[in-house]
Amino acid sequence: MSKAKFLKGASRRSLLQQFGAAAIGVSFAGGLSACGRGGGGRTVNFYNWDTYIGPTTLDDFREATGVPVNMSLFATNDELFARLRAGNPGYDVIVPSNEFVTRMSEAGMLQELDHSKIPNMANLLPEFQDASFDPGRRYSMPYTWLVLGIGYNKEAVAAKGVPTPNSWRYLFDSPIFSQRLSLLSESADLIRLCAKYQGISLNGIPDSNLATIEQMLIRQKPHLKQFHQDNGQDLLAAGEVDIVLEYNGDMAQLMSAEGGDRFDFLVPQEGTLINSDCLCIPTGAPNPDDAHAFINYLLDPEAGKKITEEIQFPTPNRAVRDLMPESYRTNTVIFPPADVMAKSEYGEFEGDERARLYEEIFTRISAA
Amino acid sequence: MEQSWKQAKTAFAAVAAPPVFWLLLFFVVPLAVIWAYTFGENTGPITIDFTGTFANYARALEPLYLGIFAKSLVIAGLTTALCLVVGFPVALAIAFSSPRAKAWLLLLIMLPFWTNLLIRTFALIAVLREQGYVNFTLEWLWNNASGFMTLIGLQPLGEYEPLTLLYNNTAVVIGLVYVHLPFMVLPLYSALDRMDRSLMEASLDLGAGHLRTIWSVVVPLAAPGIASGVLITFIPALGAYLTPDLLGGTDSQMIANVIERQFKRANDWPFGAALSFLLMYLTFIAIALQALVQRRADRRG
Repeated sequence: MSKAKFLKGASRRSLLQQFGAAAIGVSFAGGLSACGRGGGGRTVNFYNWDTYIGPTTLDDFREATGVPVNMSLFATNDELFARLRAGNPGYDVIVPSNEFVTRMSEAGMLQELDHSKIPNMANLLPEFQDASFDPGRRYSMPYTWLVLGIGYNKEAVAAKGVPTPNSWRYLFDSPIFSQRLSLLSESADLIRLCAKYQGISLNGIPDSNLATIEQMLIRQKPHLKQFHQDNGQDLLAAGEVDIVLEYNGDMAQLMSAEGGDRFDFLVPQEGTLINSDCLCIPTGAPNPDDAHAFINYLLDPEAGKKITEEIQFPTPNRAVRDLMPESYRTNTVIFPPADVMAKSEYGEFEGDERARLYEEIFTRISAA
Repeated sequence: MEQSWKQAKTAFAAVAAPPVFWLLLFFVVPLAVIWAYTFGENTGPITIDFTGTFANYARALEPLYLGIFAKSLVIAGLTTALCLVVGFPVALAIAFSSPRAKAWLLLLIMLPFWTNLLIRTFALIAVLREQGYVNFTLEWLWNNASGFMTLIGLQPLGEYEPLTLLYNNTAVVIGLVYVHLPFMVLPLYSALDRMDRSLMEASLDLGAGHLRTIWSVVVPLAAPGIASGVLITFIPALGAYLTPDLLGGTDSQMIANVIERQFKRANDWPFGAALSFLLMYLTFIAIALQALVQRRADRRG
């Protein structure tokens, strides 16, 4: 056990950073109004996840264009949504995930993008040129994508006779890792992955399956140590659990840290839930022209390479991928094998009623 | 002659206006908006219509949510009781120490307030987890005992199994007691410190033992302090959400966790507001009870 590792938590959704993000958010609000009053120079106000940008990206953009970027941080999509709910407080570029792109565009919270101002869109891989959650990419440009999977302590799972836990069964429907197992406390993600385990699509889950999923998770609950807040990699590193539900990027960061070779990550054979974080311009952005220029800059091959080298998430950008070293391109944690990716799906935004239903199911499971 | 504030209306108004204005603007108005939400209906992702419906309260009173309320009351009650049991002797000791020691002891009680709650909770995790300091200490003792038994020719104790101290309801109560103890100690201390010492001396002179004196003289005299300590501990404990989130296991969900999820993930502000206000109504009841205790004590005094 090393304290450094426990505190490192370089996760874009890490809880420790929520706290930092909140603090920065506060000071940022003051900065924004100051800008408004001064009415001075051009600035891009960029609202991003933590540890989700290259070390020199913002300075490089200022050197290239003369426009400074003012970055502030959020920790969850819900936080981003809640902050923009009552109107845009002055952001130019935001980074919601796919479902929230749909939700926010439906609520009129996003501006349509002018593709003629984003020529670097041509760098994207063909499968990212269009998206089911944003037909025609009217509102969003893909920044990264990520998948949920199983992170585990290699030695500990082998000791239980399961060297490669390549099924959701080990998380949702098996006592084998009793009390050495932790699941993410995200209602929709949990229910959708259980649907995958049942062999059905994670979108449009029928009510009958929702009932069996609820029963299954209630049955599994005594074997769980915790519903964790996206700090599964920390629980693994601290030896609290041996197997967790986590994002591939978070596990890739843990595995590249000192002592990280004890851990591994895989996407189960049933397939998984894919997320994609996207660059969008919220309605009422004070500086949409520079916002377009900034999005275009983030899709530039060299700029994208510096970002990807730092954050180690999968890139949807072909030109960036071609510039990256072999060790990144062939890393199966970052890029899971094609056969399981073929069985994986994006989660669609199915309306607020659905989100509330999932939340109530999770409340019932927790109260059971 | 001392002048009553009633005679100096202008001065009183000048002093009272800013806080009243502050309360109105930043407490009453936002709270009224949330209260209005409790009678609202979601009509879109960011729009709420105030329709005067009671559907949110009806849903909040379903057995599922009542059960979570009951569980939160039990956890908060247990926390308060433990705080009282631990806090009373501490407050007594501080009240009876020398003035110099008193200042230092009070400082020690206040010290945790200067550290962020999140940092304190993570520190507690580092202490309690399986690879944490409590288990390290126990393991060290275990191994030494084991070595000692081999030395005197007995069977060694075998491998140390770390205790599971985190991620269960016990951990939540430990965390809540740790966080809320100062809230209990400070009002108790101020009640005990003000107490007329001659009454205790009289009790001892008239033949009562120390325990009898504490029970029959000190506790009744400190009752208002106990009541406000209980209240000031119970209310925040009832609304705790960070502690059960971080220290709790799979069934440590408290009502504030459910409320938080309504405002965030479920994006259901009217229902979240209804749950919050049910919690608030419970708080009002608790304050009314405390006022009752206070009045009874005043009458006796």
